[in-house]
Amino acid sequence: MKGLAPVFVVVTAMAAVPFLGVSNVTLNFLVVALMIALAGQGWNVLGGYGGQYSFGHAAFFGTGAYVTAVLQVRYGVNAWFAFGLGIAGGALVGAVVGGLTFRSGLRGSYFALVTLAFAEVLRISASVAPITGAGVGTLVKLDLHVAALQFGSRAAFYWMILTLVAMALIVTRLIERSRFGVWLVAVRENEDAATALGVNATAIKLAAMVISGAITAAAGCFYVQYFLFIDSGLAYGTWISIEALLTPIIGGVGTVFGPLLGALVVRGLGEGAQTVTGGNAPGLDLVVYGCALVLIIGFAPRGLIGWLAQWRHRRMRPAALAETGHD
Amino acid sequence: MLSPSILIAAIVNGLLIGAVYALVALGLTLIYGVLHIINFAHGALLTAAMFAAFFGYRMLGIDPYLAVFLLAPAFFAIGYALQRFIIGPASHGDDRNMLLVTLGLAVIIENALLFAFRADTRTIDLPYAFGGLDLGFAFVPWPRLIGFGAVFVVALALWLIMSATDTGRAIRAVAKEKLGAELAGIDVAHIYAVTFGLGSACVAIAASLLIPSYYVNPTAGNAFVLVAFTIVVLGGMGSVPGALIGGLLIGVVENLCSLLFGESLGQIGIFVLFIVVLLVRPSGLFGARA
Amino acid sequence: MTDPLLAVERVSRRFGGLLAVNGVSLTAPEGRITGLIGPNGAGKTTLFALISGFLKPSSGAIRYCGADVTGEPPHRLARQGIARTFQIAQPFTGLTVRENILVGAHLRHPGRDAAVIAADQVGRELGLESMLDRPADTLTVAGRKRLELAKALATKPKLLLLDEVLAGLNASEIRDMVPVIRAMCRHGITIMMIEHVMQAVMSLAEHVFVLAEGRIIAEGTPAQVAADPGVVEAYLGRGAAARLGGARAN
Repeated sequence: MKGLAPVFVVVTAMAAVPFLGVSNVTLNFLVVALMIALAGQGWNVLGGYGGQYSFGHAAFFGTGAYVTAVLQVRYGVNAWFAFGLGIAGGALVGAVVGGLTFRSGLRGSYFALVTLAFAEVLRISASVAPITGAGVGTLVKLDLHVAALQFGSRAAFYWMILTLVAMALIVTRLIERSRFGVWLVAVRENEDAATALGVNATAIKLAAMVISGAITAAAGCFYVQYFLFIDSGLAYGTWISIEALLTPIIGGVGTVFGPLLGALVVRGLGEGAQTVTGGNAPGLDLVVYGCALVLIIGFAPRGLIGWLAQWRHRRMRPAALAETGHD
Repeated sequence: MLSPSILIAAIVNGLLIGAVYALVALGLTLIYGVLHIINFAHGALLTAAMFAAFFGYRMLGIDPYLAVFLLAPAFFAIGYALQRFIIGPASHGDDRNMLLVTLGLAVIIENALLFAFRADTRTIDLPYAFGGLDLGFAFVPWPRLIGFGAVFVVALALWLIMSATDTGRAIRAVAKEKLGAELAGIDVAHIYAVTFGLGSACVAIAASLLIPSYYVNPTAGNAFVLVAFTIVVLGGMGSVPGALIGGLLIGVVENLCSLLFGESLGQIGIFVLFIVVLLVRPSGLFGARA
Repeated sequence: MTDPLLAVERVSRRFGGLLAVNGVSLTAPEGRITGLIGPNGAGKTTLFALISGFLKPSSGAIRYCGADVTGEPPHRLARQGIARTFQIAQPFTGLTVRENILVGAHLRHPGRDAAVIAADQVGRELGLESMLDRPADTLTVAGRKRLELAKALATKPKLLLLDEVLAGLNASEIRDMVPVIRAMCRHGITIMMIEHVMQAVMSLAEHVFVLAEGRIIAEGTPAQVAADPGVVEAYLGRGAAARLGGARAN
């Protein structure tokens, strides 16, 4: 299909990694980085393409995680179904939060605040509700079978998360070239002008939020299958809200590969910081993330991909100047 | 059920803690009123100030109530520098970017504190912290009482600054009409930085007032700041009386809810109220229509 | 007599204590160009916002194609064929000219390929062909006005509301724009235009309404309206008509 070639190339290249004899530590790093990339891909649909900056994407991640975990542990639901229902849960939360906030016309700072508040409400609720295991959390039983969506080899998990990331890449690319995507970007750039051209801005933003929620929830579902444990701080904590927005912004907000690049770079920096300090530095990796965020906004607001594109354009300038602009 | 005396004590306590909430909210609403952004670094600055007050007492023996006079100017300078040299330049004037930069700063400050001081919770023991005023129907510890009074002193000082000084007038001008103020020769970047500095000073004062009766750890500021957001939205973004009244109100509501429903649900109550206000009347009780 | 395409019936709009539009009634016959003129602050843009759905009338009704559309949201009215341009051109910055027009074209063409072809066609019709791949914010004022028109045209409107589309253009740019507007009318689009550039309105519009302080104070052919003393007073102040009449007599 047109335009999906770069996606297939990148995914195929990445799929080959486990065959290169990399260590388990590296594979673990990549698995977690890809999971964060997936969460970021969800944020990117709403924030990058839609221009609505959510500071509470943990709400979707955590919902996906808890639905997957609780359904398996308390109700014996098959892991694959639980995974799917977790994604649906994220979409539902997206619909509810989006429905409430967009109908009220909340934008900008207010939107960021309200999403933050929703995530906090969920976090506190999860920390006291019996069904989630309250403060203790929920443990998923080890059951190394494909039917239970658990694998003995790390490589298998790597391919699993890579598949999810690939699907999100394809979805993002399809959105980009569809009417929905064109209208979503139009709403981002100028909501009134878009409305005057027949775009139902509220419906578009709501749809973006549902898609966004579903994708980020998938990352949460994966978290549970990989780590087999979840609690309110891991599920709904600010850490994931921050990483979900950090990766697209650093990599390239509103681009297909931005979140993936951003996740690898950000996580790489974090790992680097931890290695340098011998792993005994709580919070240092987040300090690095914060610095990366401030620096990127300051010097390359369109992320690494945007910065690379600008650099290429600058090198092409002499040719462009030759065409005299005359309206 | 609950005796009236317990309820009254809860209300009194709510008012006292609400005053400190109000002070934190005051800084936040001031920044919003002028720069038109939510300062997501507010909580981290509060935490940093609390650590400063803590170590001031532990290592230098400075009484927190005296430390106020050191910390307020220090944090004014820090806030000024942050806005002038980091937030302002990095945002390129885009509101959304400003949100992200303040968020980035929050992450940096909080985790730098975590890295430096670990996650342990610490408290200080002031010899007179447990004494207090016995009003018959409630016992008011000295720290809370001093805090209550201090907040109104600060609010008065701010009001004086805003109405009687040139800088204050300039701040009000920029808040109302930035372009006009610029054309009139006001250095907007400087005014933004001054405002941020004032907001940070408020937070530093609040920290010194809190330390005697509270704990400090790298996430302590967050708890306060989310409440402060609620207050600012409830009272009206940019409204000083709104922040004061909102703070007192929220303090009472939170205390009553904790009493009746337990602490966690009390917290949820605040957030639900927050969400409802945002959805129904984002301009708050006293704010101008957004 | 056929129903006019657009009928505004005693529409008022209040903002707190201010009555910005006060009992305005007007019509736009199908396939014609109707002018809407008046001094600044008369409420013309507010009226356009009411017709296009961005504001709800405080009282009165708006009929379009015979149906009552009062209070319908703007995106739905756009789908039914009411398009508008904005007084200050609002391109989608960061997008190319083609991508800008594409937003409008997609209203009638869900599929991308058909929409791109339609967008290119509209761009060509408005003389933007050489600029289709350029970022929209590199256009001059005249270019932006054309882009504004192109976006609206791409939605295949039946009724096009032009809000000061000639403002900020120099004489030759105006001269170039007038035939473009006439061509749209020939394609069957009904046009209502707010304009201050009098020569253009007078030569383009077949019927003109004059709005002052929220009320219609005159209507008729351009010549009739130009001769109306009330209209002169609205623009030039009280007594101006008499003074001009007196000056002419001498």
